Amino acid sequence: MEFFIISMLNGVSYGLLLFLLSSGLTLIFSMMGVLNFAHASFYMLGAYIGYSVAQLVGFWPGLIVAPLVVGALGALFERLTLRRVHKFGHVPELLVTFGLSYIILELVQLIWGRTAVEFTPPELLRGPAFTLVHHANDSLEWFWGSVDGAVCAGQGVICSPFPATRAFMMLVALLMLMSLWLLLTRTRIGLIIQAALTHPEMVESLGHNVPRVLMLVFGAGTGLAGLAGVIGGSTFVTEPNMAATVGSVIFVVVVVGGMGSLSGAFLASLLIGVIQTFAVGLDHSFVSVAQQFGMEVSDAMRENSVLKLTLSQVAPILPYLFLVLILIFRPKGLLGTREG
Amino acid sequence: MTKPYYEFKPYNVGRWIVWSLFALVLLGAPLVFSGNLSITMLSQMGIAIIACLSYNILLGQGGMLSFGHAVYTGLGSYMAMHALNAAADGQWPIPVSLIPLVGGVAGLFFAILFGYVTTKKAGTPFAMITLGMAELVFAMSLMFSEFFGGEAGISGNRVVGEAFMGISYGPPRQVYYLIAVYTFVCVGLMFAFTRTPLGRILNAVRDNPERVEFIGYNTQKVRYLAFMIAGFFAGIAGGLGALNFEIVTAEVVGAARSGGYLLFTFLGGATFFFGPIIGGILMVLAAVLLSELTKAWLLYLGLIFLFMVMYAPGGIASLIMMNLRVASFGKLREVWVAYLALGVTALVVLLGGGAMVEMIYHLQLDAAMGDVVKYLGMSLHPKDAGSWFGAAFVTLTGLGIFELTRRQFSAQWAEIQTEIEKEIKRRETQ
Repeated sequence: MEFFIISMLNGVSYGLLLFLLSSGLTLIFSMMGVLNFAHASFYMLGAYIGYSVAQLVGFWPGLIVAPLVVGALGALFERLTLRRVHKFGHVPELLVTFGLSYIILELVQLIWGRTAVEFTPPELLRGPAFTLVHHANDSLEWFWGSVDGAVCAGQGVICSPFPATRAFMMLVALLMLMSLWLLLTRTRIGLIIQAALTHPEMVESLGHNVPRVLMLVFGAGTGLAGLAGVIGGSTFVTEPNMAATVGSVIFVVVVVGGMGSLSGAFLASLLIGVIQTFAVGLDHSFVSVAQQFGMEVSDAMRENSVLKLTLSQVAPILPYLFLVLILIFRPKGLLGTREG
Repeated sequence: MTKPYYEFKPYNVGRWIVWSLFALVLLGAPLVFSGNLSITMLSQMGIAIIACLSYNILLGQGGMLSFGHAVYTGLGSYMAMHALNAAADGQWPIPVSLIPLVGGVAGLFFAILFGYVTTKKAGTPFAMITLGMAELVFAMSLMFSEFFGGEAGISGNRVVGEAFMGISYGPPRQVYYLIAVYTFVCVGLMFAFTRTPLGRILNAVRDNPERVEFIGYNTQKVRYLAFMIAGFFAGIAGGLGALNFEIVTAEVVGAARSGGYLLFTFLGGATFFFGPIIGGILMVLAAVLLSELTKAWLLYLGLIFLFMVMYAPGGIASLIMMNLRVASFGKLREVWVAYLALGVTALVVLLGGGAMVEMIYHLQLDAAMGDVVKYLGMSLHPKDAGSWFGAAFVTLTGLGIFELTRRQFSAQWAEIQTEIEKEIKRRETQ
């Protein structure tokens, strides 16, 4: 039971982090038709800038400064290059961001080195947010913060802590998403953005500066990625490889959710976050499950390279398998509306 | 069958000359560059040319931006390597010369399998799905170590069986000639493909899929067929790679390899058939020579790519063709001064920027090896403000003058283009 709760919370927090990334990606895609290939690179940039600011003045200012810097850089990139290639069509736009991902990766290695940097969360977030204690008599107890070591050392007692960084990740993601939603639906600029999504010419002829709106959206999307980077970088690991690991997953999220659908991206982020977290935690293979159900397992089956794979070994490919299945059975994505 | 009308077919002299020259270059290259390194580089170039051309069937001719082309070259490599090992064990009687074809068939098979899913979509979704596929295969390559050989990869020996007419494929030169033959045939076949009805309708699918649907073609099927053909040639390139290196590791299906094909095909020029040939040659030159020169070579490559997409989306091939057009109207004389100025200022920027990059890398990576960086015969001191100031000064000055010359040049270029347009109109009216 406590394994289920903790894994679920871990999965949801990871899923929310993914959504922090994929929401920006989806917003940019649905407004400009541009798939920002460098989106995960901005995530990495956020982590590294957050790390540097944290070294200088502390984690909390970094949490605010890094997304702003990354967002400004994103807006600058849109202004200088993306707007220029807009007339060539969507493929060159995608290629420009592809080239940018190379440049950011190399610049990060140039400035911060090729190995991981030690980006630790602040004192406040280091311990567990709460701990579930499974007593010997099969009862569960909930404690805020960490639990005295003596309790966990008892016979038949299992302590499952939930890290505070994860809880913080959930909190920030939910806050950001709430404010994003309010911004999009309740404010004037949000209405203009929504209108520019479907009728850019009309919005332009009403006197709004659509290119500037696009620049703002691009900046906001990359800023969100930067924010995700500060949180993700301090929770997981800040290294030059982090863009590649997260990048392909958020593309899967966007396709699975349905291109350009924010709610679809939300659903897909949570699904993929939870699936991946659970799969990593489960050490069952086809062979071991068959044995548990009392089936006869021959030696040939035990040596079979497919059957002996455990679920945790398969975990890295699950998002992509999910992608393939979705494409075969529901090509427009979970909540998508457009085909093709 | 006789045709009811008379058809005059001129003997296409230009084409014969071009293809004979190509064959001559392939034959003569190892005689001119006869060092060991140059022979391996030439072999790699042949392989890269096939791979980039097969990629261009997707990118240039079909408008399909794939981020996972290395899946087909890589799986082709693996299958070819397994076939080679089976032949060495005597389980499978197949001559080494035909091993690349095994790779090709494997590439075709996987393109049929994966292409069914990927070609369901076009445009941006296609790009993302190919990326997902590439990740899927790469993640699998680390899971199934029986087939992929895990971290170490699988290796083999290409000298199998009796030497046939003195050809054992032991010396690299013999392998080069095998690769050259495959390169020539594959380039020819892929050029022929652009002239078939399928190749033509593929161009139409790229330019206007809606209209192609209206005249009764299934665009998805056209994309699927093109994807298979690209997969076949990619597999041949992979098979040749397996023979050339005699080892296949998981990185041949990795995302970096796929990105490389995309980058260099585009740099070479996706809009012309010969563009990817330039791209393939550049790919090997960059990977072997540029990476020796500086550790930051991917940074320079990314910057070049970015500027290429922004200012010359047709790649190097289109630059060549534009200048040929200017030359054919006798106006190249007017711009060569501007070219010289552009080149010199760009070099100045590169000099200053490169110095800064090298100094940063020195501080990052080998600060323990002393305070002096050797850079083009100069010695820079990364811990000294003077070197930094000098490098920044050179870069900024170069950038300023470059921008000035660029503005002048683009005005001049536009003027020449209008003159050429006028000249064409004048000739038409005569």
